[in-house]
Amino acid sequence: MKRKFISLLLAALLGLSGCAAQTDGEQGSVYWLNFKPEADGALQQLARDYTDLTGVKVKVATAAQGQYESTLTAEMDKSSAPTLFVVGNAAAVKTWGDYCYDLRDTPVYKELVTDDYTLYDEGGKVCSIGYAYECFGIIVNKTLLERAGYQVSDIRDFDSLRRVAEDIHARAQQLGFDAFTSSSLDSSSAWRFSGHLANIPLFYQARDKGGWSSAPERIENDYLDNYKAIWDLYINNSAADPRTLATPGYDAQSEFGRGEAVFYQNGSWEYPALVNDYGMKSEELTMIPIYTGVPGEEDAGLCNGTENCWAVNANASQQDIQATLDFMYWMVTSPQGTKLMAEQFGPIPYKQAAKTDNPFFNAAADYLSDGNYNVTWVFSHTPNVDDWRAGVVSALTQYCNGGDWKNVETAFVSGWATQYQAANN
Amino acid sequence: MKRNDRAGRALLRRPIRRSWPLFLLPTAAAFVIGFVWPFLQGIWLSFCAFTTTNNARWVGGENYLNAVLDRGFIYSFLYTALFALVSLVVINVLAFAVAYALTQKIRGTGIFRTVFFMPNLIGGIVLGYIWSILFDGILRAYHTSILLETRYGFFGLLILMCWQQVGYMMIIYIAGLQAVPEHMLEAARIDGASRWQTLRRVTIPNVMPSITICTFLSLTNGFKLFDQNLALTGGAPFRFRTYADGSMATIKTTEMLALNIYNTFYGQGSMARGTAQAKAVIFFLLVAGLSLAQLRATRGREVGA
Repeated sequence: MKRKFISLLLAALLGLSGCAAQTDGEQGSVYWLNFKPEADGALQQLARDYTDLTGVKVKVATAAQGQYESTLTAEMDKSSAPTLFVVGNAAAVKTWGDYCYDLRDTPVYKELVTDDYTLYDEGGKVCSIGYAYECFGIIVNKTLLERAGYQVSDIRDFDSLRRVAEDIHARAQQLGFDAFTSSSLDSSSAWRFSGHLANIPLFYQARDKGGWSSAPERIENDYLDNYKAIWDLYINNSAADPRTLATPGYDAQSEFGRGEAVFYQNGSWEYPALVNDYGMKSEELTMIPIYTGVPGEEDAGLCNGTENCWAVNANASQQDIQATLDFMYWMVTSPQGTKLMAEQFGPIPYKQAAKTDNPFFNAAADYLSDGNYNVTWVFSHTPNVDDWRAGVVSALTQYCNGGDWKNVETAFVSGWATQYQAANN
Repeated sequence: MKRNDRAGRALLRRPIRRSWPLFLLPTAAAFVIGFVWPFLQGIWLSFCAFTTTNNARWVGGENYLNAVLDRGFIYSFLYTALFALVSLVVINVLAFAVAYALTQKIRGTGIFRTVFFMPNLIGGIVLGYIWSILFDGILRAYHTSILLETRYGFFGLLILMCWQQVGYMMIIYIAGLQAVPEHMLEAARIDGASRWQTLRRVTIPNVMPSITICTFLSLTNGFKLFDQNLALTGGAPFRFRTYADGSMATIKTTEMLALNIYNTFYGQGSMARGTAQAKAVIFFLLVAGLSLAQLRATRGREVGA
């Protein structure tokens, strides 16, 4: 009886595993685990178009905001794992390097115009290549700024930014809009400050050291006063009570989209939503650098860089890898693909890139052509990036509620050293 | 006639007796696939370095060493133990009191029972966010927030858990209270026992099975708490510590065990995944051991009705 039971059980298990086994045909397929929730709709459409065109199956799945790492971990464990995924920084290379197919000398790699956004592992393997780049800074609603009596050209450095912002905030009642959108420290928005804004002091620290080629063991207090200055400016010149910033419920994008504030710190990826969802016009939008009072910052440009880097799953079947490489090549060379890339992600670092009407990129290009320096994304070196940022957010929350600024400095400096130790022990 | 009947029943029973594995199979298979296998694999992984489960590499006991040397983990353990203990007492006392009141002959008990039970139907994440808004609404008047003080986070979570669980435990206690034999209560009344004496000597010994279940549930719930912890404070406020030996740690002062494991797994890169897995195994042993001990302790006090 017992033997019979066990044999039945085994039969059932075998049957189940049989179902799970891959049924690969001759033709490979593509499974893209996308990183940007805001691009999901367009990518789904593109996947259908590509299938209609070539007959190759393309599946696009999108991880929720802030959940890419956990989603990728779960998906990579499946028998039908993503063939195309995002490895956007040094920490990700460390985690996923073994899964990356060497992209060197693939046709899509040869289409690149720059290696600035290419990520390598320690052995020099090309783990991922940028498929788009981005810029961030302070997004400005030019219409509102003019209504308040100013021009974008009035803002050249931190002092002028502060003068304008404080004046608008003081007259907010009468104007009907405020200077800054809410600086929510809720998880849907906190990365704007613990990640992007924190890049400013980190960038200048790195510049003083002649640039970072990898994460330093420790960082200093330098430029954290500047970080404090801009943070104070944000929270004290907005309609949101600083003490409420950690409580969920703010939505800076909609505040800006509905014309409730002039300034909104965010990046080029906001453009499609602002135009499509809120009906803003391209010509009323621009972006200025994040000024924090660092000497010489009037020559700064926007923060240009990317975490949008494609990696191909080395463990996928040969057909799937080929299908994925073909798909990537099509995305950056075909009129349809490049057009979508330009609309969704902005300019792409490929020879056949389509033109974009995203005003933020035009602003970024203008700053560079005027001879301003690029503020690179040094924050991509952050060790254990999620944990480090969580510490900064916690300290910023305390600060907004009357806590000591020292906590923020500790979260920056000690937090960095702690996470470096944890990540490299 | 009688013999015929018995033979007929045996005839009916024979196919069932012979093919019981077939009936057992779906559940057994589900149990093996959904529990036994992942559980064994989890134990195996706790001895490995891995990014996903299929590239695991054996490293031996290193993960366990890292886990017990992790000061954040030790802190979380102590914090969780304290929370589980306090919530165990508070939830059960409140639930019993409410159940006792609602089994007296007063008006509107049906409505009250429903109202007390309802919070249980809301998911933990939603609850956490709602309560963080509620707490901050009050704390703001005092220029502070639940994210700023460890004790606010502790008591906030306690209030939240009481609000959510008292109603559920209450239902179990009500069932227990209604099963107290009427003749015992009547005998107590005739013997002139006071209300308090009746409660202590008759009612409580008779509801001991309910107490066993409820203490078991609230203890394990306290230890396994995750969603509410994540949504209410997420571990804030943090403290950055440097120790005499030069090592450093970020202590998330309201982070409980389950959240600590989650944060280790996803927040710290693939190096820490094995450590997180080892923590999870330790966590399992802890919860299983504690609940078995607790079951044994309360079972001993149950009386046969």
